[in-house]
Amino acid sequence: MPQVHKIKKGLNIRLVGEAEKLIGKANSSEYYAVKPLDFHGIIPRLEVKEGSDVKAGATLFTDKSRPEIHFTSPVSGKVTSINRGERRVILEVVVKADPMQEFELFDTGNPLEMSRESVIEMLLKSGLWPAIRQRPYNVVANPKDTPKSIFISAFDTSPLAPDYDFIIQGGENEFQFGIDALSKLTSGKVHVNVSDEYSTSSGFTKVKNAQLNYFRGPHPAGNVGVQIQRIDPLNKGEFIWVVGPQDVIAMGNLFKKGIYDASRVVAIAGSEILNPRYLRVIGGASVKSLTEGNVSSQVHRYISGNPLTGTQVMPGGFLGFYDSQLTVIPEGDHFEFFGWALPGFHKFSISRSFWSWLSPNRKYKLDTNMNGGHRSFVITGLYEKVFPMNIYPMQLLKAILAEDIDLMESLGIYEVAEEDFALCEFVCPSKTEMQALVRKGLDLMMKEMS
Amino acid sequence: MKSLRRFINNIKPDFEKGGRFGKFSATFEAFETFLFVPDKVTTRGTHIRDSMDMKRTMTVVIVALLPALLFGMYNAGYQHFLSIGESRSFWQLLGYGFIKVLPLLAVSYITGLAIEFIFAQVRGHEVNEGFLVSGMLIPLVMPIDVPLWMVAISTAFAVVIGKEVFGGTGMNVLNPALTARAFLFFAYPSEMTGDKIWIEGLKEGKNIIDGFSGATPLGNLAQNISGHLPNNLDAFLGFMPGSIGETSKLAILIGAFILIYTGVGSWKIMVSTIAGGLSVGLLLNAFSANDYMALPAYKHLLLGGFMFGTVFMATDPVTAAQTETGKWIYGFLTGMLAIVIRVLNPAYPEGMMLAILLMNVFAPLIDYYVVESNIKSRLRRIKKAAVKPMN
Repeated sequence: MPQVHKIKKGLNIRLVGEAEKLIGKANSSEYYAVKPLDFHGIIPRLEVKEGSDVKAGATLFTDKSRPEIHFTSPVSGKVTSINRGERRVILEVVVKADPMQEFELFDTGNPLEMSRESVIEMLLKSGLWPAIRQRPYNVVANPKDTPKSIFISAFDTSPLAPDYDFIIQGGENEFQFGIDALSKLTSGKVHVNVSDEYSTSSGFTKVKNAQLNYFRGPHPAGNVGVQIQRIDPLNKGEFIWVVGPQDVIAMGNLFKKGIYDASRVVAIAGSEILNPRYLRVIGGASVKSLTEGNVSSQVHRYISGNPLTGTQVMPGGFLGFYDSQLTVIPEGDHFEFFGWALPGFHKFSISRSFWSWLSPNRKYKLDTNMNGGHRSFVITGLYEKVFPMNIYPMQLLKAILAEDIDLMESLGIYEVAEEDFALCEFVCPSKTEMQALVRKGLDLMMKEMS
Repeated sequence: MKSLRRFINNIKPDFEKGGRFGKFSATFEAFETFLFVPDKVTTRGTHIRDSMDMKRTMTVVIVALLPALLFGMYNAGYQHFLSIGESRSFWQLLGYGFIKVLPLLAVSYITGLAIEFIFAQVRGHEVNEGFLVSGMLIPLVMPIDVPLWMVAISTAFAVVIGKEVFGGTGMNVLNPALTARAFLFFAYPSEMTGDKIWIEGLKEGKNIIDGFSGATPLGNLAQNISGHLPNNLDAFLGFMPGSIGETSKLAILIGAFILIYTGVGSWKIMVSTIAGGLSVGLLLNAFSANDYMALPAYKHLLLGGFMFGTVFMATDPVTAAQTETGKWIYGFLTGMLAIVIRVLNPAYPEGMMLAILLMNVFAPLIDYYVVESNIKSRLRRIKKAAVKPMN
């Protein structure tokens, strides 16, 4: 019986609109985009202009400070627009897809037989390097570093999250190939983390060249930061790299077929989706192609990712690079008469102050209302209930507010990412914006330590 | 409600910054958010939010305080008519107490909220809900015959010096309700101590039956008059003189249950405070040099303000220890200190208020050492990793 890491603290938020386990046929998206803002800290240097023809895997832009990192096009076609925002920040590089897809060709080979440098070279050129993020700081990894281990969380416990067991079906060999490639990059182990509670695919459980770890518990058991702290805690000066399961499959495809295959299975979920299900799409697909004809008629919040950590996208926007999920929930911009005083049978709360606790197993249709005004920290002991790491969350947040670098470091800022605080942010009665605060703290540390 | 909403939408522009009444924007906003949960949506971070907010949290505490308040009103009537040797029906007693307690509540809330509104307006932020609870706590820790002007200035002192100069709700060091009480305790000691202040009308002394003592049980014990202690049932139910909210342990326990069940009050602080108090009580029993020391430890819970302080004052999240480990230490020391001050301090028979205030000052220090141990264990892990060879 393998050892199971039990996560005791956390909270499962059960929402209406979980994706049904069938893969529907998506309307081919006409447009695809790569969004530099998905990659925190990257300042893009464009390699194409409007009107350029590109093949799938061709470089669209590179990182200004590390030009060896390429960001490539998921499809072949013509660059139709480069959309900018305030202060000429590039928001999207949009490519109109050709009906017939052409691919940039890279080498093929067994990564186990290649040198570490050639594996890294392949990943950089093909545009798959950004799939590797690092801890500390939760940014795109630096190819010059050597991580002490690499972590892949093969299960996602966020609300309405996709089931990777379902998604990996058919891609088990490519997943293994990707793991082989990753095993060359670290001096230590590759960890594949799975859930003990629901059946896990042999694609994960029979993985080679990696250590399999079992976890059990509520969200955030699927968060890689929580898993890292249990298995191989990060210390100052060390690096750990993190990759999502679908990106591992893409890496396997790269070494097997020599192309950048950006296809992935995405869960279309949320209470406002009429038929929640999975779709096989190409990364960067337009939101319109993912949701057309499948959304109820009201004002909605479109989220690339899950409702806790995802990014808001416009109906005319595009799926994010790291996301395997598109969620659509109602906007909450309405007033509620005496809402804070009513019994609240339909309101979800971790506290039992609303009478919704009378029906514990129901699913909720939550909207985007803040449910209260912003206040200073008052209630204590609440964040600790949903924060399973050996770190004091409120004290760390206060250290970030005070911009106390030494205290942030002592309290463990290197070990956290914004997503680890998502549940704390959800339950906070003072409506603090914690993920933004943690991002600010991480940026401060990056600047200080560079 | 639609017509109310439309009305508010119509007059809202006048109250925003730049409008005709822009100076009163915080006041308007306070009333608007009192009537309606606002329509603000999430912009950064999580897209969904828990339905709990500060208003709801404070509401839960007020609901938890209602049993103690209602019994306090009843007891005020009961004790008064006991002192003049007459009997009345249940509703007459409750009504009498209600009329005597209501002015205290009104003065406390009006003074406190007025000051809070002014500060919020001047500082340009929203009115905080913290005083909704303090405003009810202040009368509950006062003797029934306290003059209204004393309630007013002590409330003003507590809100201004005890809370606002530190930055408002969430920033204060000392419990505001106890700050108000302590202010009166030190500024007007003769009005706040003695045998005559705990029962309505006893100070005036009209028609009091012969030989009636209005002393609280702890007051008697402090003067070595142990014969008049109420029996355990009376003490538990609360039929004795004391501050308005402190007498009924049953009502306080109902409040404790509400606070713990909804997750608003810390059970760790409550349990550890009781444990601390009992342990010192038992220790003193071993010595039993006078009547007060010999009082069985469990009776310390039944008499005086110990339980009220444990459940409603020590658990104030802003002023208590803020780490979970710290809460155990803080509660235990509070309980210990309360009984020590009660029994060993000759000047005043009750020790809970002073114990809580003193531990409020110590709470940041307790938290500091708890967090330090976390920091040290992280450093030890780094040192161990540096020494271990990389394989």
